[in-house]
Amino acid sequence: MKRARWRGVAMHAGLVAAAIIVVFPFMWIALAAFKTQISLMIGEVAFTPTLANFREVLSSGTSDYLANYGNSLIVASASTLIVLVVATLGAYSIERLGWPRLAVHSFLLAAAVFNAIPAITLVGAWYVGFRALGLYNTYTAVILAHATLNLPIGLWLMATFIREVPRELEEAARIDGCGTLQMLWRVVVPVVMPGIAATAILVFIHSWNEFVVALNLTARQTATVPVAIAKYAQENETKYTAMAAGAVLSVLPSLVLLFFAQRAIVRGLTAGAVK
Amino acid sequence: MRGRRFDRGWTIAPAVVLFIAVALVPIGQLIAMSVSQIDWVQGKAQWRFVGFDQYARVLADALFRTGVTNTLVFAVAGVAVQMVLGFALALLTTKVARGRLVYRTVFILPILVPGIVIGAIWKLMYNFDFGVLNQVLGLFGVRPIDWLGSTATALAAVIAVDVWHWTPFVFLLMLAGLESLPQDVYEAARVDGATFLQELRYVTLPLMLPTIVVTMLFRILVGVKVFDEIYLLTGGGPGTATEVVSYTIFRRFFTEGQTGYGSAMSVVVLFAIAFVFIAARGLTERRRASA
Repeated sequence: MKRARWRGVAMHAGLVAAAIIVVFPFMWIALAAFKTQISLMIGEVAFTPTLANFREVLSSGTSDYLANYGNSLIVASASTLIVLVVATLGAYSIERLGWPRLAVHSFLLAAAVFNAIPAITLVGAWYVGFRALGLYNTYTAVILAHATLNLPIGLWLMATFIREVPRELEEAARIDGCGTLQMLWRVVVPVVMPGIAATAILVFIHSWNEFVVALNLTARQTATVPVAIAKYAQENETKYTAMAAGAVLSVLPSLVLLFFAQRAIVRGLTAGAVK
Repeated sequence: MRGRRFDRGWTIAPAVVLFIAVALVPIGQLIAMSVSQIDWVQGKAQWRFVGFDQYARVLADALFRTGVTNTLVFAVAGVAVQMVLGFALALLTTKVARGRLVYRTVFILPILVPGIVIGAIWKLMYNFDFGVLNQVLGLFGVRPIDWLGSTATALAAVIAVDVWHWTPFVFLLMLAGLESLPQDVYEAARVDGATFLQELRYVTLPLMLPTIVVTMLFRILVGVKVFDEIYLLTGGGPGTATEVVSYTIFRRFFTEGQTGYGSAMSVVVLFAIAFVFIAARGLTERRRASA
């Protein structure tokens, strides 16, 4: 009995240690964001917090951070919306509309292969292509790229969720004289809403976090948050605390989503990986 | 029945159109560029056909070779550590009765953070002069280490960041897998008086094998794509110590403006990964089918 209790304590100790290792860097950068540069340099543990870094990032004349934040919101929202619509329709088509197995199989394999390819190998082609179309440094270019990169995962997730919808519901709607679009909208979408939410959150976060495409398809007017943070790290080599403030602000949307939709995130992450 | 055929056509159409326009056409263009020398004259591309010369150059490119080696080391070493740690933590979590939700929330955190921000965090933590790692070492009288600036430690330091970033993800998948295992097998093992290690060896691991394999392949696939952290932490340096293949492509195509040559390199990497992926998938599927 006593041994079992000690074992329990040891297990908790292991998990707590792991949790501390995971959380510590976040705490450290969050603290750095409230320090002065000097305080960071001399490694003060007890310090007087300052908001100067956030002021510098958000409202100084040399910083585009607020605009970058807006750009990221636009790009992530739009690409998420595109993926949701395209993937829901596509997944329904694959799951329920009687495509030959071979066609479904090949399509999903192509999507899986595409998903395996590093984005950097396509960025060059996108750069040249979007330039030729006059779309370089526009939201459209980044949104289309992000939507396509996330389409495979959107398709898998939505296919998994749509598979679980009882066919009787659809048949009932058909008998009531619903067309396909109406039936999708009135019956299927409400039933798979939790799945749509999980997909939306995951795709939004992917797009929000994406760097290499945004780096090469945007310029100052359309740069997203990760591009801005990379700039802080590279060009303003000395502004460490401002970079910390930018980093802290950049994870706020994900933290909010984690707080309110943890279950949806777990569902998306696990279902998305096991394909 | 026109309805059904019509329906299945238009519902899949947006996905197919997007895929063709933004994936297949660019891949075609990439191939076209890879056999061309492209010069930018006043913002306009001037193409000249050069055949397969650039492919030969890619394979002989020392930086590319280093990039491939480092990428493989990065992905395989990082994922190996992540698998062991993630599995162990998940196993621990299933054994403790309380706090599961808290651990899960904490461990999801790094997965949701942009790679660039992970890079920014660790760039500060690894800093030679005031990074927390050297500060802590200083307390024990150890001289500061130039983690990212010395050839001996840079690649290991970058791998450590990846381990920190992705172990939680492996944990999450392992936990989901462990939680879905049938409980009656464990009861049977307990009745037979199996020790913890026997249970692990003869019950848990065999049952978890499919999950482990899929997670590992998935993680290696993502590991091979690494770019953001390298971009921020080391830029491939010092020297070529942390040069990874994504970074080499970026360097050749964008930094040096070698459009055609960068495309050839992209094509090589793209098809190599597609090929390996299809082969690995074929193997795991056959396994699943025979099991």
